[in-house]
Parts: sequence; C-alpha cells; structure tokens
Amino acid sequence: MTLATATPSEEARDKAGASRSGSRRSGPDTAFHFLVAASALLVLVVLGGLVVLMGVGGSQAFRTFGLGFAVHDVWNPVADLYGAWAPLFGTIVSTLIGVAIALPLAFGTAFWLTAMAPPRIAAIVGTAVQLLAAVPSIIFGMWGFFTIVPFMARTVQPFLTHHFKHVPGIKFIIHGAPFGTGLMTAGLVLAVMIAPFMTAVMRDVFAAMPNMLRESAYGLGATRWDVMWKVVVPWSRSGMIGAIVLGMGRALGETMAVTFVIGNVTDVGWSLFAPRSTVASLIALQFPESPAGSLRLSALLALGFILMLLSFASLALARMLRGNTK
Amino acid sequence: MSDTVVSISGWKPNPRAARRRSADHVATAFGMVMAGILVLVLASILWTLLSRGLAGLSAAAIMKPMGPPGSSSGLANAIVGSLIQTFLALLLATPLGLGCGIYLSEYGTDTNKFASCVRFVSDVLMSVPSILVGLFVYQVMVAPFGHFSALAGSVALAILAVPIIVRTTEDMLRLVPTAMREAGAALGATRWRVTLSLCLRSAKTGVLTGILLALARVSGETAPLLFTSLGNQNWSFSLTRPMASLPVTIYQYAGASYEDWVQLAWAGALLVTMGVLAINIAVRVSARRA
Repeated sequence: MTLATATPSEEARDKAGASRSGSRRSGPDTAFHFLVAASALLVLVVLGGLVVLMGVGGSQAFRTFGLGFAVHDVWNPVADLYGAWAPLFGTIVSTLIGVAIALPLAFGTAFWLTAMAPPRIAAIVGTAVQLLAAVPSIIFGMWGFFTIVPFMARTVQPFLTHHFKHVPGIKFIIHGAPFGTGLMTAGLVLAVMIAPFMTAVMRDVFAAMPNMLRESAYGLGATRWDVMWKVVVPWSRSGMIGAIVLGMGRALGETMAVTFVIGNVTDVGWSLFAPRSTVASLIALQFPESPAGSLRLSALLALGFILMLLSFASLALARMLRGNTK
Repeated sequence: MSDTVVSISGWKPNPRAARRRSADHVATAFGMVMAGILVLVLASILWTLLSRGLAGLSAAAIMKPMGPPGSSSGLANAIVGSLIQTFLALLLATPLGLGCGIYLSEYGTDTNKFASCVRFVSDVLMSVPSILVGLFVYQVMVAPFGHFSALAGSVALAILAVPIIVRTTEDMLRLVPTAMREAGAALGATRWRVTLSLCLRSAKTGVLTGILLALARVSGETAPLLFTSLGNQNWSFSLTRPMASLPVTIYQYAGASYEDWVQLAWAGALLVTMGVLAINIAVRVSARRA
C-alpha cells in the first residue's frame, strides 16, 4: 500500500532532481547521491569478487580433472587426486536428513502455537523459539559433540545393529562401527539448529492469515485440522516453502555445527552411521594444511564454488516458488 | 452428488465426520508431541550449556589470558579480541550498509535496474555460507600479505553484517511516509538533508535494531575467522597480527582432550550465547516500547 503510493512520487522527485541539477544546491546532493550509489556498488563488487575469486581459484582443479571433478568420489591428498562427490554427497544427504526431521518438528510446533496453545504460553514459547534461532551454530556443534555423539555411539547404534543387522535393505544403512559420528548425527544436529528458525517463520506466516478465513471455516463446522490443512496451509503455502528453503540453505553451508559431528572421512556409501564429510567441514579442516598454489587448495576453492552455486540455487528456487504462487 | 448431500444433512453420525474427527485428534496429538520434543531438546541444550558453562566460569576464566593446558589459564585475550574484531566489523559495516540501504530506498525505484540488482545481490550475500566469506577474505587480505590479521577477520565479519543492515535500513526508510519527504522538500531542504535529517532520523529505532541484529549475528560466527584472524594464544592488540577470538577458541578447545580446556570452551560458549541472547532481548524490549 505504502509502496504503491510512494513509487510515482519518487519518480517525480527523480525528475525534479534531474531538472534541478544545474542549480547551486546540486553540489552536495550529487555528492550524496554518488556516495550512496558507491556503497551500493561496493556491495555488488563484494559478491562478484566472491564468486569470481572462488571460480578462478578453483579453475586449476576444474582444468586438471575436467567436469568429472563433480562426480569423482576419490579425495586423496597423498596421490593428489581430488573429486567433489564425497563431500557433496555428505552435504546433500545431511541437509536432506536435517530438513526431513526439522520439517515435522517446525510444522507441528507452529500448528500447536497458532491453533492450540493458550495465548500466554504461546507467546512465551514463541519468543523462546525466536530467540533460540539466533544462538550461534557452534553451540549446536558443541552440544552435538558432547551429547548426541555419545548417545548415538552407546545407545542408538548398538540397538540398531543388534535388531536390524540381518534385515535386507536396512542393514546397509546402519552398517558401520559405533563411532557415533556420521550423516545421521549431523542431520539431527542440523535439524535442531534449523527447526527454531523454520518454526519462527512458519508461525509468522500462519499468524498473518486473516482471522476471517479461520472463523468462517470453523463456522462451517471444520475441525482444527481441517482448518489447518485446507485453509491455513493453502493460504500460506508460499511462505512455508520459503521457510523450508531458507532452512535448507542454512543447513547446506553450515560449518561449525557439522564439523564437530560428521567424523570427517571423505568417503561415499549407503551407511548413514559411518563417518563422512561435507563441503564446509572439509574446507574448514583441510584449508589450513593446504599450501598456497597447490592443487589441493584449488580443489577446495572449487568445492567452495560448487557450494556457492548450491546456496545460490536454493535462494533462486525460494524466490521462484514464492513468485509463482503469488 | 445427491447421495453425499443426504448423508451430510442426515442427523445420524456418519463415517465421514468420524474420520474427520479422528484425523483431528491425531493431528492435535502430533502438534503437541512435536512442540514438546522441540521445547525439550532446546531446553536440554540450554541446560547443558548452563550447567557445564557455569562450572567452568570463574573470575580466573575471565581475567587470565589463554595458556597451555593445566596452567589455570583463562579466556581474557579471546574475549577482548572478539570485542575488538566485532566492533571494528560494525564500524566498517555500518556506513556501508546505511549507504547502500539509503540508495535502495531513496534512489532505487522500481525502474532502476542497478538497484534491483543490488537488492538481489544483498539478499544472496545474506545467505552465503559464512565459511566462503572466510575463504574470500583469505584470498584478498591474507594470501597477498603472507600473514593472518585481525583486520582480515573484521572485514570477513563486516561482509556478513552488511546485508542485514542494508535490508533493515531499506525496509525502515520505506516506512517513512512520502508526505514527510515532500514537507522537507517544500521547506527548501536539499535531498541529502531530507534523507539524513528527516527520513533516517525518524527511522532511527528500526535502523539501530538492524545494526544490533547484525552485531548479534556476527559475534557468534566462527567459520569466517578460521582463515582470517586465525586465533592467538597471547595478548595482541595489533590489527595486522593474528588475534584470538572467543568462537575460534571454543572451536579449538572443545575438540581438545584436556579437561580444563574443554571446561573453558563451555565457559566461552556460555559467554557467547548470553551475549547474543542479551542483544536479541534488548532489541525485543526496545521494539515493544517503541
């Protein structure tokens, strides 16, 4: 509303400014315009530089290994052979596990907060969840390292191995020594990390729906779940998708929460309980050991470039879906 | 068609209503269980943090600098290093973010291609994995000079802070009514006067909130500091040398096998979390009062 009314007059102001440009007052005005435009340009340059430097730095790896770099599953610093598939696989699978666990948590909590909880409790829990979305990721990493990893190693993995060792299909997924680290642990920690954020966004989206719609549905005899599933969810679909994709984007590039619990072995396999690595954790751990100008450094930068593309793609996807449904 | 109408309007309890009711019960239970799990897990994180962090927190932990394991060392230089780098980052990011936000809201009309491009890029920057920002600054400010520096760490943090400040500044300036701008212009004020003395002034609280949120965001960041300011075991106030920071110290100490280092890591984690939460709560309280 304010935007729509502001735009024409802003354009008018632009024209007025242009016609006045010869007058005495234009000096400081031009300087101010130049200054703020320059800072806008600088922001553009920073992202451009980020993409270009990552691409240029990784070009040596791309040249050496060709397009196979993305699908080659060997990461061997001793033989100087590098392929991106192992860390990419770890990143994608741990992110998917994280989102798959966080989504029901966030949706259920947002449902409870907007439809069931007493207003006072909803306000307290809602604020607490919003605050927790701001907790630094390294805290989640530490918690995972000291709580989840021992829990997985001592309780979950022995239990699963004991009961499902001989079940075809499942035995490949739970295969591995009980280290406690791995894709499943990383996915769990990521889920706990992104769930508050997703809950906060979903709650805002649900609460933004006009109450009239909700009341009309209840008036027609709909149950709480009918209202949720047939009125609220369709109405706020684009916002929900935005929340999911943003959470996914966070999980994709997360470094500290994952590095503690992933186990850091560059390997590919079916097991969700064996140590793996992700793009971000591999960069964090191997970058300090990579001498400048080496093929390894270039391979790491190439990985960074691919991660950049992934996060870029997830943002573009979020925007596209939001645009389509509007 | 007529069949369903008859069955709905009938007074007898019909299977469809029963199904809807049971679906509602299941969904209600699902929502409660999920909310319960989330709240419990998050409470357990806070509880772990508090109990283990308070155990490690002492006067010595705050007053003494870092040292070898078993030497009753502390976190003083890391705390001071974090403060220096974070505030330097804000010092760099605030003018840039304000400038860019002002440009987008005051000059970036819908027809301005450059502005919409900058707006998109700023959004992309907001979701760029922070470790990539660290890699970028490493290549620009560490590799050419041959050594790590606190300044590089601050620049990396500033890059993360700028898009947050840009977004809130633009949003807040857009909320300023056009009539205010027109009134200023009618009084003969130049455009920069109108922007700075009227618009920015009336949007002050919101803009300040954005800066505080950016501060909260970057003060817990670890990944971008790993390759830029690196960390330092000793006191250092030189911006051109490696400098310790709380998050990097937590990262180094938490993975160590010395009991006293792990305890210090928890104390540091508690300090960082409390700082971040305090800023967020302050923002909330001031927003409610405004």
